[in-house]
Parts: sequence; structure tokens; C-alpha cells
Amino acid sequence: MSRALIVHRAGPALTLQDAGRPGWITYGLSRGGAMDRLALAEGEALLGRRGAVALEMGGMGGQFEATEEMRIALTGAPMRATLDGAPLLWHASHLLPKGARLEIGPATSGAYGYLHVGGGFAEPEILHAQSAHLTANLGAPVAAGTRLAVAPDRGGETGRKLAAENRFAGGTLRVVESLQTAFFPPEQRARFGREGFTRDNRANRMGVKVVPDGAGYGVEGGLSVVSEVISPGDIQITGDGAPFVLLAECQTTGGYPRLGTVIPADLPRIAQAPAGARLSFRFVSLPEALAAEAAYRRQIAELPRKVVPVVRDPADVPDLLSHKLVSGFSSGDHHDH
Amino acid sequence: MTLESTSFPIIRTVGIDGMLVSFGDRLSEPANRAALAFRAEVEHAGWDGVEESSSSLVSCYLRFDPLYLTHETLEAELRALIQSRDWLQAELPHGRRLHRIPTVYGGALAPQLGEAAAAAGMSEAEALASLSTARVRVTALGFAPGQPYLGELPERWNIPRQQALTPQVPKGALVLAIRQFVIFSVTAPTGWRHVGQTAAPLFRLGHERPFLLAPGDEVAFPPVSEEVFANLAGDPEGGATWEALS
Repeated sequence: MSRALIVHRAGPALTLQDAGRPGWITYGLSRGGAMDRLALAEGEALLGRRGAVALEMGGMGGQFEATEEMRIALTGAPMRATLDGAPLLWHASHLLPKGARLEIGPATSGAYGYLHVGGGFAEPEILHAQSAHLTANLGAPVAAGTRLAVAPDRGGETGRKLAAENRFAGGTLRVVESLQTAFFPPEQRARFGREGFTRDNRANRMGVKVVPDGAGYGVEGGLSVVSEVISPGDIQITGDGAPFVLLAECQTTGGYPRLGTVIPADLPRIAQAPAGARLSFRFVSLPEALAAEAAYRRQIAELPRKVVPVVRDPADVPDLLSHKLVSGFSSGDHHDH
Repeated sequence: MTLESTSFPIIRTVGIDGMLVSFGDRLSEPANRAALAFRAEVEHAGWDGVEESSSSLVSCYLRFDPLYLTHETLEAELRALIQSRDWLQAELPHGRRLHRIPTVYGGALAPQLGEAAAAAGMSEAEALASLSTARVRVTALGFAPGQPYLGELPERWNIPRQQALTPQVPKGALVLAIRQFVIFSVTAPTGWRHVGQTAAPLFRLGHERPFLLAPGDEVAFPPVSEEVFANLAGDPEGGATWEALS
């Protein structure tokens, strides 16, 4: 039997995701890829491998079974996970024995959880990537009954964890001025950096709508700007005056005016903000944004050194009643960070 | 950066890792040609640290690694390239293709030809003759992958979008407004008028050139009957042919 992960039950927004497909903007195809790139890197660090491709789980997971023993890692938005009924620590790696049932329930905070497998998923590539780009009709959501091919694993440790940055409850997003920022009245630009916003229910892999506490935004003459390139993080103002933060599956060009661009280091935070989360924006200078980018890349490079063994520490065991050993290491908690 | 100086070309930043060189603030043939020619030179220059470039209606976009190639260095390179010639007089780049995509005009497959003709002050026969002999350029691809904007049609075709959206036009619909065509690569609602129907796939998985059309390519839409069109359904190219433009 080929090495595979069987999906017995699937949440509504399960897709394979990797770093996406750079290089096709001129043909109208945005890069796509994982909504939370940091979660991909965390999975790589936990499993000690490069070239992450993970199962992205929007809102909730599903039920899974391995055709042979394999390592797994759980990253991104913490979700209620159990292995044959025993709780599993999030932001950690585990051994998934052949035939065991891995249950991943709803997110306890954040929006997108990630399931990684040792060896990585090995589904066919489309334009050199496995990631589904739903807006572009490349690939499709992973449905119940699917068997996801998994490549051989060179092996490595399990029962290791990572203290993940808590980016799962909204917060402040750093923004740089971009193409059309200057079209907006100074009052709006100032207010944008000052007032609070609530993440709307409307969100998908294209982007996230945020509702301002105060009045709506817009430019004089509104829709007359010529279509120009869109980059992930762009904050687009559409007809109703509410900002829409464009994310992995944004279109490549658009004619709606854009207030600014969320910097790459803060894209995981906006992607992971659950409905109702409170958000604010802060304009930063380009040098400040580049310093943040450098720090973000250092943070990613240092992840492998931040991985530590899971020990039978009471802090890892929130639910003492269900505490038991799973595959030789302690089960644990959904609130590790 | 701002648009205070309206003397084009202008350079603006896009996020932290992009720069945009724009040759106008509205679509025009020279500005589009300049964007295409400029991007060809950017690709030819192959600057270390530039990861991707694209051209859209009036601009050339560069995505780069700003921690490897500084904004100052890239901007200086772009300024030098801008000043090296009059881009509005530039010739179109080499390597472009002329595509011929068989099209059914009017009838049940493209029900708004008559309406578009009326808006342009023509009979349906005149409209067919005009559109089926026009040769248009791919000015940009976007909205959906591989979906082209094509222009410019003769001045008489400067007709507005319709007030109400057509709830759905099928994949392959050739639609028209403001002197431009779009071919829909997916089923979608639109305010543009559905004047023709094509069968050529714009995206071909596994093909050495997965997107049929590239920016700068030229396209003609020769007319075919509904009977001929029915047979194109079995053709993986949808009847489309191409030749290299020198």
C-alpha cells in the first residue's frame, strides 16, 4: 500500500498549501500559497525538513489516518486535536501510528491550522507547486475520502514543540504607504492609523474585510484610477468604504484605490485574525518596514533552534483528567503559547 | 510616493518589495507599448535581486528582494533605463505572436451583438465586418488567470458598459466595452456586452506555454458559423492558430 494520509472527514476549507507559484503575475495569476507563511516555516522546523507543503485547515480540521507510521507536525491556529482520543499538543510534532485516528476539531483561536507530514505531501504539481489556488481554479479543496500521497521520510525526532508567536487574536498591523496612498485625504490617512477595526465575517483566501469603528474610507472620484498591480497585503477600499486586506489569492491587478500595504511580516497576523478580532493599523516608514522584514527573516531562520523536546511538564498538561502517554511522550495542551 | 509630478514616466514603490514604472494615468496605445517595451528591457537586463516583472495596461512592475537589492540601487537603474530613450516612441518587443481565434458572432451563442452594434451606431452586419477584421493587442492579463484585455478597437466602439450586469456569460465569451475586448476564461457576471463566442482554452495544463496569450501578443477573431464552431469543441486548441510576429 502506498504511503498516504487518508482523509476520512474534511472541514470545509482544507487545501494543500506551499509557498505558491511566483512568476506568473504578468499572466494574471497571483502567487497564492499558504495564508500563514510562518506556520509553514514552523512545520519545517519541527520536522527538520525544507520545502514545506502542508494541509491548510480553515476554521476546523477533519479526521485522518496514516497508511503507515509517519511523523506529523501541527502549526498555525491551535485546534482541538486528539490521537485515538488522547489530546495532542499543538505547535508540536508527533508520531502518527499506522491506523490510528487523528481528529482535528475547530480552531480555539486564529483561523488557519496546518497539518504537516514527515517527507511532505507528494501530490501532482500544477505549474511547479502543489498548492491549490481556488480563485484561479487550480487544484481543489481536499474532500473526505481523499488519499493524499506522502513522500518517504528520512526520519527524525517527534515529541518536540515550538513556542509559537501568538498571532491568532488580531492586534496591530504595520502598513507602508503604497501606490495610491496619496490619493486619500490626509484626514483619512491619519484616522486609519488611529482608529480600531473589527475583522468581518467575510474572509477567504483572497482577503479579509475589516470594519472601521468610524466612518468609511474612499477617494474623491472613487473608481477612476487605472488598473494597477496588486500585491498581497494591499488594503483596498471598495464601494461600501470598508477596507479589504488582500491576501494570498488576490487578483493581480485592480482598479479600486488602495490605502497602503500590510508588510509581509504581519501578513500571518491578519490572515490568522478570526472573525470579530480587533485590529489596528500603524503606518511605518520604508526603512522601518525593511528592518521589520530583516527581523522576520531572522526569526524564521532561528526557528529550528527554538524547537525543544516536549517534557512531562504540568504546564504542557492543561487537562489532567485526559493526561496520558501517547507514543512515548506526554499529550498536552492547546494553549502552549 | 505621490503623483504630484504628473510628468510621466514615474516610479512608485509597491509594498516593500515592488517598484512600478508608469507611462500614463490612463490607457493609451503609446503608454501600453512603452510598458511592454520597458518590461522587455528589464527582463533583458536581468538585474540580480529582481525576482519577477510584469507589464499591465500602462506600467511595468518589478518584484525584488529589498534586503539584497536596495531601493536606492534599483531606482537608480530604473531612472537610467527610463532616460536611455523616449519610451512612448519605443517599438514593440520581439517574440510576440499573432493568434487567430475562430469566433461565432451574434445569434444564440453571443446574444448581444445587435445591442452593441446599436450602441455603436452600426447595423449588425457592419458590426460583424468591423469586429471580425479588427486586429487587437493583449494590453494586459488579469482579473482571472490568462484572461486578456485587448485593444484598441476603432473609435466607433467606444461604447459604455451596460447599466445592469449580465448575470453570467460562459467561458470563452468575447465581450466588448470602451474600445476593448475581454475573453472570459471562466463563467462570470459582466457589464460588458457579449458579442462573440470562442472555444480556445486560455489556460492549458501541462502545455509548454500554459497561458495561450502573453502581454503584447496580437489577436484576430475570424468569423465562423455555428456549425463550424460546434466542431471546434473537439479540438484541444479550439481552432486557434498562431504565427510569430517579427
